[in-house]
Amino acid sequence: MKKAHWEKNLVELIRRTSTDLPADVEQAIRKGLRREKKGSHAHDFLSMMLENAAMARRDSVPLCQDTGTLTFRFTVPSGFDTNGLVSLTRNAVSRATRLGYLRQNTIDSVSGEPYVTNVAHASPMMEFLQGARKTVDARLIMKGGGCENVGQQYSLPETTLGANRDMEGVRRCILDAVWKAQGRGCAPGVIGVCIGGDRAKGYAYAKEQFLRKLGERSDVKVLARLEERLMRDIRRMEIGPMGLGGKTTALDVKMGALSRLPASFFVSISYMCWAFRRRGVLLGPEGGVHRWLY
Amino acid sequence: MNKRIDYPFTEEKVRGLRVGDTVSLSGSVCTGRDRLHHFLAEGGKCPVSLRDGAMYHCGPVVMREGDQWVVRAAGPTTSIREEPYTPQLIETLGLRVIVGKGGMGEATRIACRDHGCVYLQAVGGAAALLASCIERVDGVHFLAEFGSTEAMWELHLRDFVAVVTMDTRGRSLHRTIERSTRKTLTQLLRE
Repeated sequence: MKKAHWEKNLVELIRRTSTDLPADVEQAIRKGLRREKKGSHAHDFLSMMLENAAMARRDSVPLCQDTGTLTFRFTVPSGFDTNGLVSLTRNAVSRATRLGYLRQNTIDSVSGEPYVTNVAHASPMMEFLQGARKTVDARLIMKGGGCENVGQQYSLPETTLGANRDMEGVRRCILDAVWKAQGRGCAPGVIGVCIGGDRAKGYAYAKEQFLRKLGERSDVKVLARLEERLMRDIRRMEIGPMGLGGKTTALDVKMGALSRLPASFFVSISYMCWAFRRRGVLLGPEGGVHRWLY
Repeated sequence: MNKRIDYPFTEEKVRGLRVGDTVSLSGSVCTGRDRLHHFLAEGGKCPVSLRDGAMYHCGPVVMREGDQWVVRAAGPTTSIREEPYTPQLIETLGLRVIVGKGGMGEATRIACRDHGCVYLQAVGGAAALLASCIERVDGVHFLAEFGSTEAMWELHLRDFVAVVTMDTRGRSLHRTIERSTRKTLTQLLRE
């Protein structure tokens, strides 16, 4: 392993994720802008979001000051040294913090003291999968606290919503979660959903949906149709950008399903703000860049 | 057309603002998050006067460049966390403007009405754009105790754009929209 290469390119992955809004997200915001009336708060706010994205990219500064929870997902070749990658990633996070691509954003939950490097227990978060390729597929999602706080998990049946253990019940939970979030998750957001699983994996899989590109539908037909229906339903709610009214409340809905126990039926919903930070890169065995993703 | 509002934010100026107005804010504001609010509400001494002043709910990314502080990213943070402390700070410190995101609760809405204060919603996540409206950093307090994110930064703004969502007449755009969207939700749950 060429340590310097690896670290440099992992810092670059963090820099791009923090400062460069992905093209699919920017396009979805532009699409929303065309639907809003000129001079409305919705139109003003969406314009400012696009202006912000351009400025962050140009000046290489964070899109949002809440640089969020860092979740890395590495898919590595067989026999790859993942322990080495853990320490390289932790060093890269520390360096990216010193360079101002990340805010000092990690706090000891017991003492309340800040970790100035962002390196701590469970920070950054790292997940490893084994893949068939010779390259390492490194993906990073940065998710801020504002949108994380408005996530919801439902256990069906949920009588207050009339939500039974079927797809209509799932639809009701999602609409309720979007309504409860209002603009507080920095609307227009992307709604990640997991049907099934246990409580822990449910939220994790809901977040995994954010690795999918916006505009692409689920390859499960029933879910693809439900995603489209929900986009139409959510538009009618008129919560709008930052919750001040308007047609653009969600940029997309992404659904996935896991198996479940007969006794449990969870619907886990994760909300991603419009400042949707997701990047990826394929790295060779020496840490060199093969290709940037997204 | 944006309404201009410059420091000091006198009672007369803020009472002239209405829910839905887009304003362009200039002059001195201080950042404050959970640690500062908790400290002030417990009776801690405020190092700067907030009379006719503004509190910005924000934890910025600030870098030291030579002998200067440079703010690289500074969007608003969720305001509702400061709900337990804010009415008291409006009353005792004479705050006139609060800038944040997501709106605040009933007690703050009433304090805004009774004491003459407004709440402004800034664009969440627009950290680069909003940082470009910060002309300079005039000072920082509690940097060692609270850390950079939670510290009290004295910022000088120029043409910082936000929307009045809670005014001195007791109106709240957040409340209005929550109610109107609730009706649509009920309708959608029936379909």
